[in-house]
Amino acid sequence: MTVRRVMGAETEYGVLATGNPGANATVLSTQVVTTYAALVRRRLGAAHAAAGWDYHGESPLQDARGYTVPREQADPSQLTDVAPVLTAEEIAAEALTETGLYAESMDRRQVVMNTVLPNGARLYVDHSHPEYSSPEVTTPRDAVLWDAAGDRVALDAVRAIAASAEGTGLDVVNLYKNNTDNKSVSYGAHENYLVPRGVAFDRLASGLLPFFASRQVVCGAGRVGLGDRGQRPGFQISQRADFFEREVGLETTIHRPIVNTRDEPHADSHRHRRLHVIIGDANLSHTASLLKFGTTSLVLGLIEAGAAPDVVLADPVAALQAISHDPGLTATVALRDGRRLTGVQLQRLYLDAARAHELAGGGPDAATREVLELWEEVLDALESDPLSLADRLDWVAKYALLLGYRRRDGLGWDDPRMTLVDLQYHDLRPEKGLHHKLVAAGRMRTLFDAEQIERAAGTPPADTRAWFRGRVVTRFPDDVLAANWDSVSLTLPGVRRGARVAMPEPLGLARDDVGPLLDGAADAEELVRGLAAARPDLVHTGSLG
Amino acid sequence: MAQERIFGSGAQRREETELPEPGAPAPAAAQAQTGTSSADDLLAEIDGVLESNAEEFVKGFVQKGGQ
Repeated sequence: MTVRRVMGAETEYGVLATGNPGANATVLSTQVVTTYAALVRRRLGAAHAAAGWDYHGESPLQDARGYTVPREQADPSQLTDVAPVLTAEEIAAEALTETGLYAESMDRRQVVMNTVLPNGARLYVDHSHPEYSSPEVTTPRDAVLWDAAGDRVALDAVRAIAASAEGTGLDVVNLYKNNTDNKSVSYGAHENYLVPRGVAFDRLASGLLPFFASRQVVCGAGRVGLGDRGQRPGFQISQRADFFEREVGLETTIHRPIVNTRDEPHADSHRHRRLHVIIGDANLSHTASLLKFGTTSLVLGLIEAGAAPDVVLADPVAALQAISHDPGLTATVALRDGRRLTGVQLQRLYLDAARAHELAGGGPDAATREVLELWEEVLDALESDPLSLADRLDWVAKYALLLGYRRRDGLGWDDPRMTLVDLQYHDLRPEKGLHHKLVAAGRMRTLFDAEQIERAAGTPPADTRAWFRGRVVTRFPDDVLAANWDSVSLTLPGVRRGARVAMPEPLGLARDDVGPLLDGAADAEELVRGLAAARPDLVHTGSLG
Repeated sequence: MAQERIFGSGAQRREETELPEPGAPAPAAAQAQTGTSSADDLLAEIDGVLESNAEEFVKGFVQKGGQ
């Protein structure tokens, strides 16, 4: 067993025009995506419009429990497999081009709502938030790095918008990596893990419920206010806990379930399942993020091996909220067998099972050992001296700051300054964001420095198909018509109706596989011809239009 | 509340040792004092970057639904 598996992260950013609080969120999000797409095109020296997203292969209504939800029964927000029809907001977004903001850097004035980045990620307008979906990676460390790269992408967009605001008259936009506005609305930070198709979904769900209800003690981001509108004063461990209503389900925007059943593998569906995790908080702490991806991958390994701890919560949704509402970490939740355990004790059951399984299996690899040791260290500290983790975990760092304000200024939990500290912890700008301030002051540990993160914002991981996607977009930006998780479509002068390259295997078309071919090709056509000779099963020419 | 008991006591201990005894403060007390003053330095720095009108700012942070 190992922490290594194909995984990825998605972040929906909170979006705010400080000078214009009533501004339309879809327009602001479009401004963010369009601005960053223009930055990329300028950096790459590209002439044409940004590569679009290809909706071919999306199946958001396929349920992992073995059926498909009829479209007419789905909430409109679930229909993510079609390009958005122009709404009033999007027509308003067209007005962005009228200002001439993008004319300078693009030959066609175009509003971009969905694009593929040189690091293999997707950046798009998801309803009313800008969303960054990281490239596929194979280790928790890489998941942390390419998730943090998304924050750098978002920061670059914020800065570019601010720099041009005076000339364009457009709103200055701030982005926040958090999950709620404390006014009944929540937005997600999702994780994705590749799981063998052979593992029965009900085993995944039952193995994950107690783990997901309790892992917030490690990777919660902290929140001021209890209840979906923050109507009761107090502090809680998780941003997301109060927005979950069900144990298992397909929805992501309404009646949110702890275990999501969307069965959309973006890969060979006979071999793979993509577990779509919607319960997590957005993390800025690298340690919390590493443990979020690392421990979840280990628990999936336990479930796959039939070695998950035998633990069933009496009421998982109530347990999720009870654990979140108790930053003192003493609250216990009921198990179906009558026992009562704290969140930390639940986590320790999983840690012990993972340790035992590793020992039986002959010892972990380095990446796995790092996660196991850190997990144990953090659980020990949560039991002995939680505040000692203020330099490593988001919720503890935020809690320690807030306790400082209570001590110095006697602020109540319902004081607007407490809510502001909570919100501003997540501001992505180094000069304003409190997480950034803690890192700069040497009070918060990191795993990667700013330079490494900046590099990951422009470079794909080498060991998955994201490498092919990202490098093709980088090398031949004007030839990529569209791309998605499992294909890249190219328009080629010498090939009528272009070519589509299929990428059914997440580990296929990595650097070791096609590096020399891709880097050696003089143009996109040479690449496609070379690839068609080597892998005829993956290249379909004349398939576009 | 539980967290007030657990974490509050630590903060209070530090406050109690904030005034060093004249003459020779015990090393532990001196350390605790450094802890509080360094925490206050941090708060002072954060005061300087917090948005100016807290109430209006948090009221204006209104998001539309997400996933």
